[in-house]
Amino acid sequence: MLNALSPTSVVASRAFFPPLLAAGFLLLLVVLASLLYGAGPVSASDAMAALMANGTEEAWFVVTELRLPRTIIALITGLALGLAGALLQSMTRNPLAEPGLLGVSAGSGFAVALAILLGATTATLTTLSAQLGALAGCALVIAATRVQGLGNDPVRLVLAGATMTGLLLALTSMLMLMDQRAADEIRFWITGSVAGKPLSMLWATLPSITLALVLIAIVARPLAAMALGEKAAVGLGHHPGRIRFLITFTVALLVGSATALAGPLIFVGLVVPFIARAFSGPDIRKTLWLCVPVGPAVVLGADVLSRLIAAPAEMPLGVVTALIGAPVLLAIVRAGRMPSL
Amino acid sequence: MSQSQTATLAADDITLAHRQFIVAANLSLHLPTAQVTAIVGPNGCGKSTLLNGLARIHAPKRGSVLLDGKDIHRLPSKEVARKLALLPQDNTAPEGLTVADLVRFGRQPHQGWMAQWSKEDQRAFDQAIQAADVAGLADRALDTLSGGQRQRAWIAMSVAQQTPLLLLDEPTSALDLGHQIEVFELIRALSGQGKTIAMVVHDLASACRYADHMVAMKNGTIIEEGAPAEIVSPELVQELYGVSCDLIHDPATGSPLLVNVRRNP
Repeated sequence: MLNALSPTSVVASRAFFPPLLAAGFLLLLVVLASLLYGAGPVSASDAMAALMANGTEEAWFVVTELRLPRTIIALITGLALGLAGALLQSMTRNPLAEPGLLGVSAGSGFAVALAILLGATTATLTTLSAQLGALAGCALVIAATRVQGLGNDPVRLVLAGATMTGLLLALTSMLMLMDQRAADEIRFWITGSVAGKPLSMLWATLPSITLALVLIAIVARPLAAMALGEKAAVGLGHHPGRIRFLITFTVALLVGSATALAGPLIFVGLVVPFIARAFSGPDIRKTLWLCVPVGPAVVLGADVLSRLIAAPAEMPLGVVTALIGAPVLLAIVRAGRMPSL
Repeated sequence: MSQSQTATLAADDITLAHRQFIVAANLSLHLPTAQVTAIVGPNGCGKSTLLNGLARIHAPKRGSVLLDGKDIHRLPSKEVARKLALLPQDNTAPEGLTVADLVRFGRQPHQGWMAQWSKEDQRAFDQAIQAADVAGLADRALDTLSGGQRQRAWIAMSVAQQTPLLLLDEPTSALDLGHQIEVFELIRALSGQGKTIAMVVHDLASACRYADHMVAMKNGTIIEEGAPAEIVSPELVQELYGVSCDLIHDPATGSPLLVNVRRNP
């Protein structure tokens, strides 16, 4: 199925598989670290013993019931946000187009807050409202990129996104004033964290994630061709309008799922494609492939850090991703010359 | 050159519009097979719009563009892309894209969703980079090439598409004289191998020199059509561009040459 995504490299201009393998290996290390370190009175060596199937029952419980679900949720969140960022950046040809920075995550977060306030309690409802919010956010972004002077200026588009995000956060705060019970729940969720999230949320998002992956397999090749220009893509037999629609839908599915799982995390969709592109070169198909290990590694790595920095207390994941992401954003903007996609 | 099949492209009384504004009305045109057609005319005469209409970028408001006698907008776009290649003017390439990367895109219309890069694809790729003489540049990034080399790389992509028809929108617009000749001679060579080519050309002199067939447009209509030697006259130049000139024939090639071009007295 994934042949449609294969870069069909005949003249290997850039080594592609070594970085992919390296990222995969790094991901394995991060997963191991996530299982060994963290909440629960279980030391790394005890956790290791539990993984080797000769540890205490308590260690086994902590590793499989607390740390493993959290690890999986972080992995899926990273996968979704990394891919969403890469798709959005490629489609808008803007290296700063990131769901978090453009207000898509905030839209999704606002929708969830509204759903919580209205009494939505099931994971499915939360996920659905997160995705609808993301879809509305995406539609606004696409509309904004069509505005002359905004769409072709990466930094100004991000400013518009920041305005949106500010507005939506204010609206979310307003919702929290209306109901104390809902406020606690919203606050817990909106800082961005993968700790203590129920696995039911994971099951609720998996169908969307799967659908998004299938859609990516379909749009990857035409999306790569769209980098040559709209008319060139038509000349090669593609339908840019349809492709943009599918991508918008896919990004909404991905960001909505990620927000439902971990709250609105910013910068992940910026950092992950930025790293992936450094190794993949300009072909979006290769970039997407690299995002598959890099995205989960970044989010899970940040989550492990969030447990270690202020141990035994935990720093919210959203804070850690912002601490990592902000310097990357500055680096891209200050590079003087924006990389053209 | 392996494009066994031929195809015909014709416009049947088409009207092209941008929103409400009609740019070109009631155009009919048939591209002569295995020849180079140049579409010429003053700025804003609708020549690029006509080319985009022929390439199905722009759907006509009325009339239809016929590819092998069938309405091009009713055919699957991918099927069209196997018969008709387009080199637009405003093409872009992401930073770092190599010539080989670019030329490989030309195979997309021939690849199924599941298909891997086939032997056939590789053969077409090799032929295309030979034909456009970019084999030595295959691993170079496009942004490191000269304008002429870059344009040849784009033409190589359309050659890899292995279509009997090729449309080019001002293929030499930003090139200096040397690079212009490089590109026009490549276009001639492709036509010599059997391709039917139509191009929008800004420069009337180049069109005279390199086209077999010329379509002169003004204010959205075709005012003259035929071999350059037959239709180009001081009167036509006067009508198209509002300037006076004298006409002689190139002693080497026999194509019409405009000399003493001047503002009207």
